[in-house]
Parts: sequence; C-alpha cells; structure tokens
Amino acid sequence: MEQQFDTSKIGMWLFLVTEVLLFGGLFVGFGMMQARYPREFVEAHEHLTRWQGALNTVVLLISSFTMVMAVDAAKKSNKNRQVLFLALTIVCACIFLVVKYFEYSHKFEEGWLPGRFYSYKGDSIPACPGVNPSQLASNPPPAPAPGAPVQQCTNGYATFFSFYFMMTGLHGFHILAGIVVLTWVLIRANRGEFSKNYYTPVDLVGLYWHLVDMIWIYLFPLYYLIQ
Amino acid sequence: MSTQTEIADRHAQAGEHDHGGPALYAKTLIALLILTAITVAAAYVDLGSGNVVVALTIATIKAMLVALFFMHLLWDKPVNAIIAMAGFLFLGIFLMFCLLDFDSRNNYFPANFKGPAADMPLAPGTAPQGQVIRTNPAAEGEKK
Amino acid sequence: MDQAISSVPRTGDRPRPKKNYLNETKGFMSWAGTLDHKRIGIMYLVGVLTAFLLGGIFALLVRLTLLTPTHKLFGKVLVTAEVYNRLFTLHGVIMVFLFIIPAIPAALGNFVLPLMLGAKDVAFPRLNLASFYLWLTGALMAVCAMIFGAVDTGWTFYTPYSTTTDGPVSLMVMAAFVLGFSSIFTGLNFIATVHKLRAPGMGWFDMPLFIWGIYSTAIIQVLATPVLGITLVLLALERSFGIGIFDPRIGGDPVLFQHFFWFYSHPAVYIMILPGMAIISELIPTFSRKTIFGYRAIAYASVSLALVSFIVWGHHMFVAGQSQLATVVFSALTFLVAIPSGVKMFNWMLTMYKGNIVLATPMLYAISFLILFAIGGLTGIFLGTLATDVHLTDTYFVVAHFHFVMMGGTVTAFIGGLHYWWPKMTGRMYSETWGRIGCVLYTIGFNMTFLTQFFLGSKGMPRRYYNYLDQFQPLHAFSTVGSWVIGLSLFITAAYLLASLRKPADAPDNPWEGTTLEWKTSSPPIAHNFEEQPVLEREPYDYRPVAAAH
Repeated sequence: MEQQFDTSKIGMWLFLVTEVLLFGGLFVGFGMMQARYPREFVEAHEHLTRWQGALNTVVLLISSFTMVMAVDAAKKSNKNRQVLFLALTIVCACIFLVVKYFEYSHKFEEGWLPGRFYSYKGDSIPACPGVNPSQLASNPPPAPAPGAPVQQCTNGYATFFSFYFMMTGLHGFHILAGIVVLTWVLIRANRGEFSKNYYTPVDLVGLYWHLVDMIWIYLFPLYYLIQ
Repeated sequence: MSTQTEIADRHAQAGEHDHGGPALYAKTLIALLILTAITVAAAYVDLGSGNVVVALTIATIKAMLVALFFMHLLWDKPVNAIIAMAGFLFLGIFLMFCLLDFDSRNNYFPANFKGPAADMPLAPGTAPQGQVIRTNPAAEGEKK
Repeated sequence: MDQAISSVPRTGDRPRPKKNYLNETKGFMSWAGTLDHKRIGIMYLVGVLTAFLLGGIFALLVRLTLLTPTHKLFGKVLVTAEVYNRLFTLHGVIMVFLFIIPAIPAALGNFVLPLMLGAKDVAFPRLNLASFYLWLTGALMAVCAMIFGAVDTGWTFYTPYSTTTDGPVSLMVMAAFVLGFSSIFTGLNFIATVHKLRAPGMGWFDMPLFIWGIYSTAIIQVLATPVLGITLVLLALERSFGIGIFDPRIGGDPVLFQHFFWFYSHPAVYIMILPGMAIISELIPTFSRKTIFGYRAIAYASVSLALVSFIVWGHHMFVAGQSQLATVVFSALTFLVAIPSGVKMFNWMLTMYKGNIVLATPMLYAISFLILFAIGGLTGIFLGTLATDVHLTDTYFVVAHFHFVMMGGTVTAFIGGLHYWWPKMTGRMYSETWGRIGCVLYTIGFNMTFLTQFFLGSKGMPRRYYNYLDQFQPLHAFSTVGSWVIGLSLFITAAYLLASLRKPADAPDNPWEGTTLEWKTSSPPIAHNFEEQPVLEREPYDYRPVAAAH
C-alpha cells in the first residue's frame, strides 16, 4: 500500500509548515523592526559581504539539486549515484557553514554583535550603550543629571545584528541538523537499504533540505540586498 | 523495521518514475541560478521602494520552483500542496495584520479633528513642563 | 432510564477477552516505552489531572487571599502582594499550558481517536510517545521554575515587565516552549491519522464529529504553536541579550510582543474549546438517542472556527496601543468568529428536541456545558464590542468570561467525556448517584464563583489586583466560598472515580448504546484495538432500528 509513504509525506509536510511559521515569526519581527529603523538597517546591511551571501545562495541551490538527484537515484535503485549525490549535498552544506564561519568571525572582530554586545563605533548615528534588560530591575541605570544634554542614540544597528545572528544562526543550526540526518541517510544508502521499493527516508530528508534552502532564498535578499 | 515498510511501500513508488528526472532538475537549477544573478544585479539599480518588491518577487519565484519541482508538489497528491499553502497563507495573515497596525499607528486624531483648543493637552511627544492640564474645570472647582 | 447504564453484560456481547491493553504486558518499562496510543493516553491523563490539581490549589489560594481586603486570615497576612502575583501567574501557566491545552486532545483524544476511526494506532506511534515525554519535560521545567522563585508576570508574560523582572522567567518560558512542541507533534500525528488511517467505508463525512473537532484542533496546533515558540525564544533572548525587539528601553515595541503572543494564544483558546465541543457532539446524540441535527453544519463549523480563529487576535489588545484601524478590523472579525459556535449550539439543542433523553452523568455535564458555554460565549461578544470593552477590559468581567468558556465549557466537557469513556478506558462503571451529585455541586459552585465575577468586573474591580476597595468584599467573599464548593465537587468526583477502580473490570462493551466504532470493541479494548479490521456499515449517530438503516 502506498498508504505508509503518503502518510509519512503528509507528516513531513506538516512538520515543514511548522518550520515555515517558526522562521516566519522571525521574518515578521525583522520586517517590523526594519519599518522602525529604516536608515539604521540600510546602513548596517552595508557591513554584510554580498559576495559571501551570494556564494552561499549558489552553494545551497546546488545542494538542492544534488539532493533531488539523490532521491532520483534512489527511485531508480542506483546505489552508487545515491551515495555520490548525498555526499555532494553534505559537502555543499559544509561549504555553506565554512563561509558562514568566515562571515561571523569578521562580524565579531568589528564589533557588529547582537543587542547589548554591539560595540562598533563607526556608525553615522551613535549606537546606544548596551543594556541588560533582565538586570534592569536590580541595577537601574543612573538618572541623567538635571539640565544635562540628552544624548541622541539609536538601537537600530544593534537590533539589525540581533536579527542577523538570530535568523542566520537558527538557519545555520538547521543546516547542521540537516548534515547530521543526511549523514545517517548516507550510511544507510551505502548499506543498500534504499531502492525503488523503499526510498522514503531519502525523500523525506530531501523535503527538509529543500525547505532549508527555501528559507535562505528569502533570507539572502532581505539581509544582503535590500536598499 | 525495513522489511515491513519495504513491503508496504512497494507499490507506492512505482508510479513515481515518470515524473521529474535529471534533465528537468538541471534545467530548474539553471533557472534558479539565473534568477539569483538577476536579483543580485537588481540590487545595484536604485528603484526606491521597488527594490523590495523586485527582490521578494524573484525570491518567491525561486521558492515556487524549488517547491513545485525539487519538492515534487507538481506531481504529488494535492493534500501536500494544500498543507504547504496553508502555512504560507497564515504567515501572510500574521504579517498583514501586524503591518496594518504599525502603518496606521500615527493617526492619533480623528479625521474631523479641527485643531487643538486652548485647554487641550499638548501635542504628543512634548513634555508638559509642570503645566497643570485642566480636564474638567467644574470638578476642579469642587475639589479645591 | 437505568437500562442504558446497567453494568450487566447484554446478551449478544462477545465473551470478555482475558488480556486487554492494561494487563497485556506488565512492568514499568512496558508503560514507559509503550507505543500503544491507549497507554500513552492514560499516562497523559494522569499527568494532566495532576496538573489540574496543582493549578486548582493555586486557584484556591488566590481566592483565599481575596477573601478580605486586608488579606488577613486568622489575624495574619499569609500572602503578600509579591506572593500573590506569583500565585495567579502559576495558576494561569499551569492551567493553560500544562492542563487545558493538552487535556482533551492528548488524554482523551489519544485514547479514543484511533478507536473511532477503526484504526490500530495513530500514524506515528513513536512521535506520540515523544510528545508525552516532551510534555513531561516541560512540566518538570515549569516545576523547577516554581521552586527557583516562580514568576510574577501573569501567564501572558507581557513586556517590558517580563524582560526586566527578576526571577526564572527564561526557564518558565522555555518550559512553555517545550510544551508547545509536545502540542505540535500531537496535532501533526492526528492530522496524518485522520487523513490516512480511517477504516474502509469511512469517508470524511462518515466520521464521528469528535474526530472533526480534534482534527480542527490539530490544524490550529500545527499552524499557531510555532509562533508561540519563536515568541518565547525572542523573549528569552531579549532578557539575556537585549536584542531590542520588545523592550522600549532598548528600542523595542511592547505591542509587537502582544501581536506575537496573541497570534498563538487566541487560536490556542480554540485549541481548548474545540475538543470540548467535539465531546459534546458525541454526548448529545448518544444520550438523546437521536441522530445529530446538521452533521455537516457542525463539521464545517468546526473547521471554520479553527481557521477564523487566526484573524481575531487583536481583540486582546484593544487598549494596548495598537492603531484604531486595527482595533476596528479585529472587532468586526471577532463578531464573525461567534457564528460557527452559535451554529453548533443550535444544532445540539435541536438534536435534543424530541429526543429520548437519558440523564446519565455525562449528559448532565453536557447540559451544563450548553448553559455555561452560552453565557461565556455571549459575554465574549460584549468584550469584542469596542465601546463596552474599554470599560470591561482588565476587569473581573474578562476573568469571568474566560472561566465560563474554559472551565464552564472545556473542563465541563472534559469531565463529561471522562465519565463517558471511563468504562471503555478502565472497564469499570462509576457510581451514577455520586456522579450526579458531583455534577450538580460542580455547576452550583462554578456559578457561585464566576457569575459573581461578572458583577465584580462591571462594577470596576480590576483583574490581577491584590488590593481592592471595601465595597467589593461581599462579592469577593461569595466567589471565594464558591471556589470551595467547586473544590468539594471535584474532590467527590475524583473519589468516586478512583473508588470505581477497585471494582472488577466487568463493564459492558457498549454501556451507553453508542453508535461509534469505539463501542464495538471490548471495555477495556485489547492491545491492538479490534479483533478484525472493522468496516463501517452505518452512519454515525444512526439510532434508527437496524432494519430501517438499509
């Protein structure tokens, strides 16, 4: 009966929808905060390296291709091609993470950090000093002296990088989880467990992988390309 | 575990052979790469607020290519596509209502408001500086 | 009337199987590692009832604190304002996240859904067990948070207070995060099961309405809960990293938190009520001996309630600072969401009309539901109307409203369903006399407690307040006494249900003469549910004599 295959697919699609809404919440938050700090967000996004983002986009698109080729090979009971394409997908995923590593280390060096850790000093509007909200109740900041000029500062840059790290971080975590699952499927494929009669795990991990790619398809323009 | 599921899935996947195929997947990849190039190039052209629209439209086209071809939605049973669309639909609802709120936030005064009268509170954003705001002169008189 | 509730096996029943799902295998690991949906349902039942007890104790403490405006009991103030804030927060968190959201779907639904569909189990049994362990983990995390000083933000965790207050807020919200995933996986499982595991001959419109209700609930669980997940993560990160999304002191927007929070939490209240309505759709036709009036209307109403529930969340935020336009739009949509509920109410009442009513305990709870939910639902309309909401918001009127729908609605239905399926789950009949006493006492106590609060609220008593004006004391005191009556009624109910377990397991397969498939197997069912795959031959709720059915 195709009942079990269909059921598993429905289950995986339902899980993917939960991921869409999970990430979607972050997209909505990003959208709202961008509306709040348009100038700071544009300025902050200049610090992102476009070519690295574009490279990662290309790498993930290729990995989606190798993934669907792996599923295709499993459908045709071709063990060697399955293993090859699964391995290529994992390689692409690792390249993605390596590029990410370089991006992140550059950010840490320059002080483009999330929230209260933001320490970059070269912005056109000065960034507000970092505040730890959960400490506010016990250590409230000192009241400004009467008559002292009010410092104009903005939280927009820190907020941009908060979202940058949250979204690319959560996405990166999903890539990592994907690598783990892909490795497990690769091992099973190498043992010859999948054929045209049974290739459900390959298909399901493929669906997951394509979603991870899709999230990046939206992430890339919003963070790296928006004017 | 494998044997039982193998038997169960045996006939399942027989009908799946005639969809997709390496040639179609390769064409889809090329289309995706071309669209990526277009979207990067478009970012260097200043279209004002049109930039966001272009970028998101291209992203959506790419996402649909991935969904329909790589994720097989074009050839699957409709229930999977319905589930997928429901996810994006409700995300859209969330975004839309939040934007509805935020975009109409600064309309403090009703459309027929004619302007501040002598003893109306000051405009939002300015501090009273120690002024007493008289809301109901009669009540004030009683209390004093 | 007593013919329907005899515990003497009727002629024609198959002989009682020696082994059933309870005694098939023994030992701790056979339960801890079980993949049987019935055993998982029982474990959930024990868990959620424990949570209900804990949440109830906090409720009694809250009401006890409010007995007098000086808060003195026997001459001493036992509960300070800081402790009071923690009491009502914990009452809310436990009742919402640990009890009412999982209760009907995960405890009763897990047990009954596959049986009603004629299936052996749910679609993903291991995921089902994982759901249970996630619930348990979240519960333990919440208990830890209680021990480490507890939280005083209210169950809604509004910012900026929740981002700045001391206490284990992050731990508590992470507990809710874990519980959210338990809910998501349960919903996912149920959707797949309903789509693919129905018995031969059972099309979508041959399913019992309980299934439609659980299915609609599952849709909400899958679509809404992830947004709660991300909201809680953002809150925790705001506390530790100061990301700047919700706290105005670092440039965030507190109303945005409320949008995020209520996008889940409004559909969540439909996660709470839809399963309750699903149970009522079973109880009323069975105990009226009449087919349900308007089967398709109720089925469509269930799904549309699930979908429309996603576009009304702003009605929790009318005075929070969202724009006027958004406020008006949400108010209009809120009126829309009342319609499917109304359709169901009329259909249930029309089912009872000219039916052969059997006043067994489950039916008494069902009738109680109809009255209490009507009041709760209508008062929701008052709150959805902008002009009245400005006065009633954040008063006891709101507290009364949601207790009427959640407790008067869902909990009443839950207890009714528990009695209805008690013989199926345990193989024992409970005492009908005590059952009726419990129900009557519960209804009286409930009204004493919460009807009073409508008056408290419209007279201006704010919610979550420790101090209050002397003029409110008589109403507060009456409400507190009502809470003791509820406590007594629930204690009695627990006592006779537990006492029934000491009797031998000799309940008939179908004590209520129900027509749905779970009654076609033994009470308790065998481990794999049915001896042979059942095939559906009659429509659900078909109470015509067998000859006329064909």
